Amino acid sequence: MKNKQSWIDQRFPLTKVFNEHLAEYYTPRNFNLWYFFGGLAMLMLGMQLVTGIFLTMHYKPDSAYAFASVEYIMRDVEWGWLIRYLHSAGASAFFIVIYLHMYRALLYGSYKGPRELIWILGMVLYVALMAEAFFGYVLPWGQMSFWGAQVIISLFGSVPVIGPDLLVWLLGDYAVGDAALNRFFSLHVIALPLILVVLVFLHIVALHAVGSNNPDGIEIKKNKDKDGIPKDGIPFHPYYTVKDIMGVVAFLWLLCAVVFYAPALNGYFLEHANFIEANPLKTPEHIAPLWYLTPFYSVLRAIPPMFGSQFPGVLAMGAAIVILFALPWLDRSPVKSIRYRSPIYKWALGVFVISFIMLGWLGVQPVTPLNALLARVFTALYFAFFILMPWYTSIGKTKEVPERVTG
Amino acid sequence: MSEQTIDLKKRRFLTKATSVVGAVGVGFVAWPFLSTMKPSAKTKAAGAPIDIDISKLEAGQLVRVLWRKKPVWIFMRDEKALDALNSDELIKSLDDPDGTGNSKNQQPSYVTSNFRSIKNKESVAVIVGVCTHLGCSPTYRPEPGAADLGGDSWPGGFYCPCHGSKFDLAGRVYAGVPAPTNLVIPPYRYVSDSLIRIGVDPEIT
Repeated sequence: MKNKQSWIDQRFPLTKVFNEHLAEYYTPRNFNLWYFFGGLAMLMLGMQLVTGIFLTMHYKPDSAYAFASVEYIMRDVEWGWLIRYLHSAGASAFFIVIYLHMYRALLYGSYKGPRELIWILGMVLYVALMAEAFFGYVLPWGQMSFWGAQVIISLFGSVPVIGPDLLVWLLGDYAVGDAALNRFFSLHVIALPLILVVLVFLHIVALHAVGSNNPDGIEIKKNKDKDGIPKDGIPFHPYYTVKDIMGVVAFLWLLCAVVFYAPALNGYFLEHANFIEANPLKTPEHIAPLWYLTPFYSVLRAIPPMFGSQFPGVLAMGAAIVILFALPWLDRSPVKSIRYRSPIYKWALGVFVISFIMLGWLGVQPVTPLNALLARVFTALYFAFFILMPWYTSIGKTKEVPERVTG
Repeated sequence: MSEQTIDLKKRRFLTKATSVVGAVGVGFVAWPFLSTMKPSAKTKAAGAPIDIDISKLEAGQLVRVLWRKKPVWIFMRDEKALDALNSDELIKSLDDPDGTGNSKNQQPSYVTSNFRSIKNKESVAVIVGVCTHLGCSPTYRPEPGAADLGGDSWPGGFYCPCHGSKFDLAGRVYAGVPAPTNLVIPPYRYVSDSLIRIGVDPEIT
């Protein structure tokens, strides 16, 4: 055994990598529940890749056969329904995990220096994941697939001057159809999964270079013992690998409950109208994107057309995502963790969370005058959280941060 | 070769020049890849005109056909509906009733202004059923006074279920809704009194 290991080590840095990233990667000892979600996100990526490979063996990316091939997977392929529901419910589960993972960063200031690049890579991952989910949702070629694609792709058509040509180039046709389905399939199963895997690798390399943040927002590398090991650090393996297994068990238990008992989750994970084949002549009575995209969709709807163009709404929606990238530079607070932040920051974060959830909820509701007004109010609050951040993080009394991690 | 001095300036220039030439090369190679995403020759050929027989179309009836993969509505308006399209009350609530402002490119020049149809064939409307907001197909709501669409002030028209845009029975957009422009009128002509050809302009007579 030892011989084999050294044979490999002379040719590939196996032991070195294992130690650097697992056995001798020192992690703060005070991780709490919020620290499960990074690992769970990787689990979900793995599950989506594996279920996706098996779905691709049966799925047909042709507008004439796509809908029937998904029904075929559901009814005629042995255990096909399980793989398909794991994949479809898995997409929503992935986003739940990602949103909690991102909220953790907000809570403990994990995006603040020296971790700006981890945050940026994570945001690119988030955008890539939204694109991946959107393309995936088009593939079953149901009514929601078709009209969702129509609406999202039309956003590009609203770009001034080049919009109409850009639209035709993206679709490969003058309307959403077979050409679009075929290329969305290509992007969904090859391009974006590759990008996601590479980005996850970079995200982790950047994390391991800087070291993990923790609920106290203290740099554990500042307090090292005589061997150069952080006093508040414990090796990632076996301590957190074993702890993460606990999180995985609890998470899979919940996921299975959904997959087996409510795979469509009453229209939230798979919309009802998507069980009807795409019909380019008729839009369903009520259409909305899946829940994980609805906050941004609400922003889009909240902005009225200006100068005979809906492009301002599209810009606002884009800005709602892009502004997240700037978070590390908007936050001027001297402390990282919510535990030591000023009361005004806690209020701001609370308002932001409520705004985001309300925008998400409004996104699945039909447009009424009241809903339109609410969407505008919460859009304003959403942007206020970021735009006012340099101001409210620099005022207000923060608590003193301890030298060593607590609890 | 006794002097082993390295001309760093020259080296930097060569590195830059090679990089620029390389970048141009990448640009040229990218072109065929990006071009494959354009509509193929077969797709372009599929945009041929289509013929619709309207001899059996009755007042109030609407048929949907696919032309260039988009829904096109052909529907018959009765006298009452045509009067409503001319009424000041309706015209006041529209964004661009005569198609000269935001919507000036939404119809061919030969359609009449308030009915947006070919002269002397005012009752028959031919409209591309794609919302100018984000591409949904609005629902046909011809019944005047529909309670959910404003009651008595609703003269009949189209309602987009996606984002709540409203259009009248000539496809003209109401003011203050998400859609920025009127619905598109495709080029079309009458081959005979009962046969419409969508996709070509009328022959000049």
